[in-house]
Amino acid sequence: MAHKRRDMLIDPLVDNNPITLQVLGICSALAVTSSLQVAFVMAIAVTLVTAFSSMFISMIRNQIPGSIRIIVQMVIIASLVILVDQMLKAFAFEISKTLSVFVGLIITNCIVMGRAEAFAMKNPPIDSFIDGIGNGLGYGLILMLVGVIRELFGSGSLFGITILETVNNGGWYVPNGLLLLPPSAFFIIGLIIWAFRTWKSEQVEAREYKIQSVEAH
Amino acid sequence: MGLRNFFDRIEPHFEKGGKYEKYFPIYEMVESFLYTPKTVTTVAPHARSYVDMKRIMTYVVIATIPCILMGLYNTGYQTNLAIAEFGASGWRAAIIDMLGIGFNAANPLANMAHGLLYFLPIYIVTLVAGGIFEVIFATVRKHEVNEGFLVSSMLYALIVPATTPLWQVALGIIFGVVIGKEVFGGTGKNFLNPALTGRAFLYFAYPAQLSGDSVWVPVDGFTGATALAVSASQGFQALAANGMSWWDSFYGFIPGSFGETSTLACLIGLVFLLATKIANYRMVVGCLAGMIGFSLLLNWIGSDSNPMFAMPWYWHLVLGGYAFGLVFMVTEPVSGAHTNVGRYIYGALIGFMVVMIRVINPAFPEGMMLAILFGNVFAPLIDYFVVQANIKRRAKRHG
Repeated sequence: MAHKRRDMLIDPLVDNNPITLQVLGICSALAVTSSLQVAFVMAIAVTLVTAFSSMFISMIRNQIPGSIRIIVQMVIIASLVILVDQMLKAFAFEISKTLSVFVGLIITNCIVMGRAEAFAMKNPPIDSFIDGIGNGLGYGLILMLVGVIRELFGSGSLFGITILETVNNGGWYVPNGLLLLPPSAFFIIGLIIWAFRTWKSEQVEAREYKIQSVEAH
Repeated sequence: MGLRNFFDRIEPHFEKGGKYEKYFPIYEMVESFLYTPKTVTTVAPHARSYVDMKRIMTYVVIATIPCILMGLYNTGYQTNLAIAEFGASGWRAAIIDMLGIGFNAANPLANMAHGLLYFLPIYIVTLVAGGIFEVIFATVRKHEVNEGFLVSSMLYALIVPATTPLWQVALGIIFGVVIGKEVFGGTGKNFLNPALTGRAFLYFAYPAQLSGDSVWVPVDGFTGATALAVSASQGFQALAANGMSWWDSFYGFIPGSFGETSTLACLIGLVFLLATKIANYRMVVGCLAGMIGFSLLLNWIGSDSNPMFAMPWYWHLVLGGYAFGLVFMVTEPVSGAHTNVGRYIYGALIGFMVVMIRVINPAFPEGMMLAILFGNVFAPLIDYFVVQANIKRRAKRHG
């Protein structure tokens, strides 16, 4: 049992990563990764929401009528998101302002709904909680990776601490403006997926079609 | 025939089972660069023809020659003009001094030499940086190094501003080759133009060097807004006050990137490409029609606050990258539409978008690059609808 639980925690980091394998939660990954600090807070928020919503949903999974289960799940997730939002406003107002609408949009994050629907509805609460933590960490891992690349090369700093002195401040590094724009996260996530699938070739999907080549005679 | 013998002798090492099997793409690249390729298309559905990919690509490079010559001359000319006013500085000036060529803007040779000192470093960096990645992918993916890169690198070198820092040039072409082409499977499978992808990357990554007033700073102290920036802020009538007449722009005596300034040189290239049937005239017609039609419409609508509304189509034609894009980018066969009706629509869409971005979007004075990339993205969709419409029409006719 202990071994299985460890797998639940470790598996979503690389082998079954919600972003790179299942390609879920991309929207917020594009929007909040331009600075590492924001990405970090977002990762924690999503991890907590996924873990606790999975746990609560799992606790009442046998009482939820099948026909309205999505609504019940949404109520639980939404309550948790509001909680996170209020906490951020109270204790980290600046970050809350940068995250703006994306905290509220955790409700629509496919990872949260996906884990509730796919895992929590069939498994006991503690397993669901661990599964939620694992998936949140998997999401957070990619967010941090993207955040490191975007903040380091986009503004020459990490967590707001200057690493590469930019030209505007008298240094040598010319910041790459593209990395501060959301589309750059598309490229970076794409490249990360490419790297992951080269490393773990079993993640490569089967081809849907094959380009035929004509042999010359 | 010593060289041929040499190739014949070492070829077995590179074939399957040979010592250097892995490096076959590199061998193939050098060999087929020097000799005709051994594999030609002989079976249906290919038409049998003497034109293979290598010849197509070579023709495109030949078509850019007028643009290169004109670009070299004009870059040197503009620089020498600025030097006459502000004095010379930098390593290029030092080399010119050393060779004793001088900075006389009236001397064509001095202009050419100075232009060459701008163009050669950019072109060499483009070839080396892009080439390294091209060869890496060819070796790993086991496909051949393609002549397409010669065209992409030449076009890319012609559309970056002459004063772009060289490391940015390298970064841009690497992005263009890898993201614009190789991730989709290499030449023939890219849906974006690699040269433009690289240029777009630079445009968004380093806007300070690629757009606005600092695009053209040959010597310290000189700043000049590009022709399109001037017309965006003061109207095209103000261009004459800045010393740019329509004929200057047509011949290419205005500041700008190497290849883009001279509409005349681009048109010579266009005639060559059309005569050899490498460029499809439908795209050109569509693109001209879209641009002329939409700018006439905007002329007619008019605007009090935006002087660009009044810019006539013949100014759109000669300013910025329109002519160069029209000749060498819109007509690119891979990333464009593949159906004949689709080609008209594809061209018209680009022509329309250029004017749209130039006139209505205040953030971008120049729109050709973005318009072509936009067209590239829509080309498969256009083809899809053209094919569907054809199926429907035939189904109706034959029940």
